[in-house]
Amino acid sequence: MSEATTGALPSDISARSGTHDPYRIGRPHDGLHGHGSEATGHGEGGPASRFVITAYGFWIFLLSDIIIFSAFFASYAVLSRATAGGPTAPELFELPSVAVQTGLLLTSSFTSGLSSLATHRRDMAWTQIWLLTSGLLGAGFLLLEVQEFTAMIGEGAGPTRSAFLSSFFALVGCHGLHVGLGLLWLGTMMAQLWVKGFRADIRRRLHCFNLFWHALDIVWIAIFSLVYLLGVSS
Amino acid sequence: MSSQDHPPRHLRDFDDAAPGEEELNQREPIGGLGGYVIGFALAILLTAASFATVQTDLIYGPAVVSALVVLAIGQMGVHLVFFLHLTTGPDNTNNVLALAFGVFIVVLVVLGSIWIMWNLDYNMMRMHEVPLL
Repeated sequence: MSEATTGALPSDISARSGTHDPYRIGRPHDGLHGHGSEATGHGEGGPASRFVITAYGFWIFLLSDIIIFSAFFASYAVLSRATAGGPTAPELFELPSVAVQTGLLLTSSFTSGLSSLATHRRDMAWTQIWLLTSGLLGAGFLLLEVQEFTAMIGEGAGPTRSAFLSSFFALVGCHGLHVGLGLLWLGTMMAQLWVKGFRADIRRRLHCFNLFWHALDIVWIAIFSLVYLLGVSS
Repeated sequence: MSSQDHPPRHLRDFDDAAPGEEELNQREPIGGLGGYVIGFALAILLTAASFATVQTDLIYGPAVVSALVVLAIGQMGVHLVFFLHLTTGPDNTNNVLALAFGVFIVVLVVLGSIWIMWNLDYNMMRMHEVPLL
């Protein structure tokens, strides 16, 4: 590379794009080329905001988490008939309890959505109330699941009984673990919001928490449909 | 300009190292109350339909599996659109592409495992049917 070309490089490439943008990357240029979109992150409407970029990064994490769940689903699908002479799905699963768990988690997802609306209004009281409601509903879900697990283990249908039960406890337990960690995160978010207020970074974390909570509900849809309902019907 | 575009000085975090532009723009992915209510209602409806599929005789027996899969995928779609606000909007293109790749991997892992293990099972000697020597 000759001296002439290196000399043409911008002198300070570490500068913030908002203040120095020598090539006008992501800035409207002559208005003749491009599709005229005002959307950010596409070269027309300027760079995307931190809110959008953070949510995108967290969305990629959620998708990789869902891929982990898909491995557990695959092993359950393969092993669901390997009961080794032990109890089978129709003997073990109680649909009324599953229906209540589904209702609790779905309502929890809805109330966390309501908390995000209150956050948008900068309404501290209602944000905290809806977050607390989501937490209590999630805790109720987890309580029912722990009761179900202890009852099954008490009947001798623990994860060591058969390959079917091993894969069942791994899959549903992994989801329960996520809900438990989500509750811990929810508690810390309520405390952070209380102490630090609606700061930009706190709002981004709240948004990520809401995405996480909705994603857990999506995984639960697959679990109640393909594990519980399918297990009872077969 | 509202106060949310330029937060008061005490609400700014000067150590905030997250990537992206400081200021919020007009296209934040925020849905209204109506979206959440519609999503909640649709999710309840689809969940009830899933339970009814199993607990009543409305669906022809061998079709129950397909019905459950279709209802589950439909409800996931409802959650993605109304709760996660995954839309066709320009700011969402990257999210939708990442989702498409995620779905591709999930389908590959789940259907691939079922296919391979079924094939293995089919081609192996049926051990429980072979008398032990």
